[in-house]
Amino acid sequence: MNPATIVKHKLSWDLERFQIGKIIRAVTLPIVGLVLFLGVWHWGAQQVDTSLGTFPGPQDVYEQWNNLVDEHQAENLRAAAFYERQDARHERQLAQDPNTELRFREYNRRPTFFDQIWTSLGTVMTGFFLATAIAIPLGIVIGLSNTTYRALNPIIQIFKPVSPLAWLPLVTMVVSAVYVTDDPLFAKSFVTSVITVALCSIWPTMINTAVGTASVNSDLLNVSRVLRLNWLSHVKTIVLPSAIPMMFTGLRLSLGIAWMVLIAAEMLAQNPGLGKFVWDEFQNGSSDSLGRICMAVLMIGFIGFLLDRALLFLQSWVNWDKSAVVR
Amino acid sequence: MSQTHLELTQVGIDFPTPKGPFRALDNVSLKIDKGEFVSLIGHSGCGKSTVLNIVAGLYQATSGGVVLGGKEVNQPGPERAVVFQNHSLLPWLSAYQNVELAVKQVFKRQKSRAEMREWIEHNLALVQMTHAMHKKPQEISGGMKQRVGIARALAMEPQVLLMDEPFGALDALTRAHLQDSLMDIQNELGNTVIMITHDVDEAVLLSDRIVMMTNGPAATIGEILPVNLPRPRERLELVDSREYNECRSAVLRFLYEKQKKVESIDAKRKPRKSWAQKLKITG
Repeated sequence: MNPATIVKHKLSWDLERFQIGKIIRAVTLPIVGLVLFLGVWHWGAQQVDTSLGTFPGPQDVYEQWNNLVDEHQAENLRAAAFYERQDARHERQLAQDPNTELRFREYNRRPTFFDQIWTSLGTVMTGFFLATAIAIPLGIVIGLSNTTYRALNPIIQIFKPVSPLAWLPLVTMVVSAVYVTDDPLFAKSFVTSVITVALCSIWPTMINTAVGTASVNSDLLNVSRVLRLNWLSHVKTIVLPSAIPMMFTGLRLSLGIAWMVLIAAEMLAQNPGLGKFVWDEFQNGSSDSLGRICMAVLMIGFIGFLLDRALLFLQSWVNWDKSAVVR
Repeated sequence: MSQTHLELTQVGIDFPTPKGPFRALDNVSLKIDKGEFVSLIGHSGCGKSTVLNIVAGLYQATSGGVVLGGKEVNQPGPERAVVFQNHSLLPWLSAYQNVELAVKQVFKRQKSRAEMREWIEHNLALVQMTHAMHKKPQEISGGMKQRVGIARALAMEPQVLLMDEPFGALDALTRAHLQDSLMDIQNELGNTVIMITHDVDEAVLLSDRIVMMTNGPAATIGEILPVNLPRPRERLELVDSREYNECRSAVLRFLYEKQKKVESIDAKRKPRKSWAQKLKITG
C-alpha cells in the first residue's frame, strides 16, 4: 500500500467511526432517558396508595394495554358473528320466500378504546378544519391592513387565553337553543365539542397568519405596486408564500391546542371519544381504571405528537424553501 | 433626439416627523430626452433614492410634479420599471417565473402564450441568464440575481427604466461585468434610463449626463455634467482618455470640495432612514 491509500483508508475508517458514533448516540441517549423514566415511574407509583389500590406502574399499564387490545378484538369478533348470523337468516328467509323484504340491522357496537381514538380524531379534525377555514382568510385580511390589525388585535389577545372549560357551558346552551332539528345529522354533544375546539384553536393561526402577512418584505410590496398586481394576485403571489412559515407555526400551535381542548370538551359534553373514555373509567372506579386512564394519557400524548409531525411534514411539502429546516 | 420625454418640475417632498415636516427634496427640475442615460450621484442621504421613488410613483411629491410622455405620474406602474438595489426577486419563483409574472401583467391581452414565452426567454437571453433560467434566486449568485432583476424590468418594455444603485451590492469584478452588459443592452435597445449610483467611474462610464445632487436637507440638483464620450465605450481605452478623466475629476471635485460632508461623529451614528421606515411614513 502506498502512503496515499493508507491515508485515504484511515480517513474513511475515521469517517465510519464518526458516523457509527453518531448513530449510537442518536439511539442510546433516548433509550437511556426512557429507561430512567420507567424506573422513576415504577418506584414512584409504588409510593402512592389510592382508594382504587396502588397507583399503576409501567407493568400494570402494559397489562391494561393488552386488555384493551383483547377487548377490541373480542368486539370485532362479536360484530362479525352478528353479521354472519344476519346473513344466514337472510339466506333462510330468501329460500323460503324469494320476495321477503329483508331487514338489515346495524350491530350496536360497544365502543372500545380504539374506536374512541378514531372518534376523537374525527372530532378534533372537524374542529381544527373549521377553525383553520375561518382563521387563515381572516388572518390575511387583518394582516394586510394596519388599521384592521390595530382594531382587532386586542380582541384576539383577550379571547386567546380563555380555557375551553369556560366556553363549554356557553357553547352548550347556544347549541341547544339554535341547533334544533327533528333529524339531526350530528349529535348535539358532537357539535358542542367541535365548536369549543374551534373557538380555542382559532387564535394562534389567526394571529400568526396576520403577523406573517404584515411582515412581507417591503421591497416585494414595491414590486407588487410597480407591477400593479390586483388584490387577488397580490395575495396569491406575494403575501401567501411569504406568510407560509408563520402560518404553519400558528397551525401547529392550533392543532396542539385543539387536541388538548378536545379531551376536556369530550369529558364535559359527554361526547364519545378519548375524553369520555377517561371520564367513564374514572366514574367506573374499578381496580383497572387507573391503569386504563394511564394508557389513555400515553395514547393522547403519542397521537398529539403524531399530529404535530404530520403538520411538519405538510409544511416541508408546501413550503417553497425546500432547504429551510423545519422543526 | 431632443424631444423631452420625462420632465421633473420643481419637485419637492416633505416627510412628516414629530417635529413637523422635514423637507428632504426641494426644487428639483430636470428634463430627460428619449433614449438618454442619466445618472444621479450624491452623498448618501442626499435624496437620490427619493427622486427615483417619486418618478416611480412610490412616493408622492409634496410640491411640483413629474410628467412622462405627456402624462402626469401619480402612482407606480410598469411603464416606469424599477431595478431595485437588492434585486427584489420573489424567492419562491424561478428566474423565468419572476420575469413571467411581469410579462403576464404587462402584456395580458396583447401577446399569446407562445409569444410571451419567447419574450421572456429573449429578455433572459439579453442578460445572459438562459443557462440558469429555471433556478430559484437562492440558487444563483448575487450578480445573476441582479441580471434577472434587470431582465424583469426590461421585459416590461418601460418608457423609462429606473435603477436604484443596481450594482451597489456587488463585488468590483461582477459590477464591471454587469456594467459592460448593461452598455451592450443599452446600445441595442436605447432605453431612457435614470440610474442612481455612488460610484464615480460607473457614472462616467455609463451616462450621457451626470446629475450631481447637493447634500440634504432640502437637497436639490447642484450641477449637471454632460459626458460626451463616443459610444460604444471601452473601459480600458477610457483609462487614458483625457475627457474621461476630466469628467471624473469634475464629479469628484463636486462631491469632495463643493459638497464636502461636514459631519461630526455623533451625526454619523444616527442611523439613516431605511427604505422600510420611509415606506411606513407614506403608506
